[in-house]
Amino acid sequence: MSTVSTPRKAVALISGGLDSLLAARVVLDQGVHVEGINFYTGFCVEGHTHAIRREHQHKPKRNNALWAAGQLGIKLHIIEVIEEYKDIVINPRHGYGANLNPCLDCKIFMLRKAREWMEANGFDFIITGEVLGQRPMSQRRDTLPVVARDSGACDRLLRPLCARLLPPTLPEREGWVNRERLHDFNGRSRKPQIALAEQYGFHDYAQPAGGCCFLTHEQYSHKLADFWRARGEKRYELDDIMLLKVGRHLRPRPHFKLIVGRDEGENNFLSGYRGRFVHLAATSHAGPLVLLDGRADDDDLDLAARLTARFGQGRTAERVAVVVTDTQGSEHTLEVAPLPADEIPETWYL
Amino acid sequence: MSHHELDARHLLCPMPVIRAQQQVARLRPGDTLVVRATDPGALHDIPAWCRLHGHEVLATTTESGEVRVTLRVGNQ
Repeated sequence: MSTVSTPRKAVALISGGLDSLLAARVVLDQGVHVEGINFYTGFCVEGHTHAIRREHQHKPKRNNALWAAGQLGIKLHIIEVIEEYKDIVINPRHGYGANLNPCLDCKIFMLRKAREWMEANGFDFIITGEVLGQRPMSQRRDTLPVVARDSGACDRLLRPLCARLLPPTLPEREGWVNRERLHDFNGRSRKPQIALAEQYGFHDYAQPAGGCCFLTHEQYSHKLADFWRARGEKRYELDDIMLLKVGRHLRPRPHFKLIVGRDEGENNFLSGYRGRFVHLAATSHAGPLVLLDGRADDDDLDLAARLTARFGQGRTAERVAVVVTDTQGSEHTLEVAPLPADEIPETWYL
Repeated sequence: MSHHELDARHLLCPMPVIRAQQQVARLRPGDTLVVRATDPGALHDIPAWCRLHGHEVLATTTESGEVRVTLRVGNQ
């Protein structure tokens, strides 16, 4: 009499980067049924956000997590966590990294969500692409157990790329996966991952500079910190953090800042926010759409108009006509001299 | 079989695919859904998601900055 065993089921956190792609593949190769899960926090570095800018339009418009799942031939569940994630960004128990990146809290949060998904959908264990020693905050020998414990994933969390350097987990002890066919990657070198990708025939995988989260970017974090200072509280909505990804941001006065579109793509994107912000645009010359965030009196509007003229094709003209539109749609035109570049302090740029 | 429409205009990717995923989860095999979006990335992402989950893409169009993806729900 023969027995047929049902394959064990694993949910893999798929970020769209190389490590999670490899980790899922290593477990798929052992006959485990794998499905992917990807969390959208609002801070994800997406090819599409880059594609807002015209100069980046040659980049492929693809979602890297979907691309990775396609390479693996597995289902991918994309979960929106924007609201729940706010508390992680605003009040991280384990603090921030080099910028406003709450990496350790983020990893615990995502694994907790993955564990809940695993339990709700009858899966057996969780896979991540973590590598011991690769990240200074969330992938250290002393923090990997914290992530497993505080997320509640405990020993149902398998890290196939460095599993042989860690104590055996439930999937290994139960024989659901063969520990000998897992890996012992360690440290910041990417060479073992690149070699394994080559072995599997993975090419054209995403390697975003600075990682897959805007919060690890110094300039983005600087803009977010400025946003919180100006609002007087640590709070945000999705539109707020999207706008921090787009345009040139200048704060000429503590009570207002300008968001200046840098090309047609960004101007189109910013135009979707015209109803929420006072906005400016030159009418005598081609130039950017500029959103004004904050309060502005007549002197401030004059300065904003001069800056608007500065970033358009009328920058060398004597006078530029700039139309100012309020949030009710009322317009008036200012005739201004463009502000010379040497009168814009570096400290205005965020 | 019933026909449905989802308005995902003015949402940046991956929100259109997330909204499509949520809507499809409430539909039955054979139902059709038209997703309207303005992020050009939806033209790639929604069909990619459909391929992974066994849903059939019946048509994709782009007109006046609006993307439309018509899909038929597969077995879930």
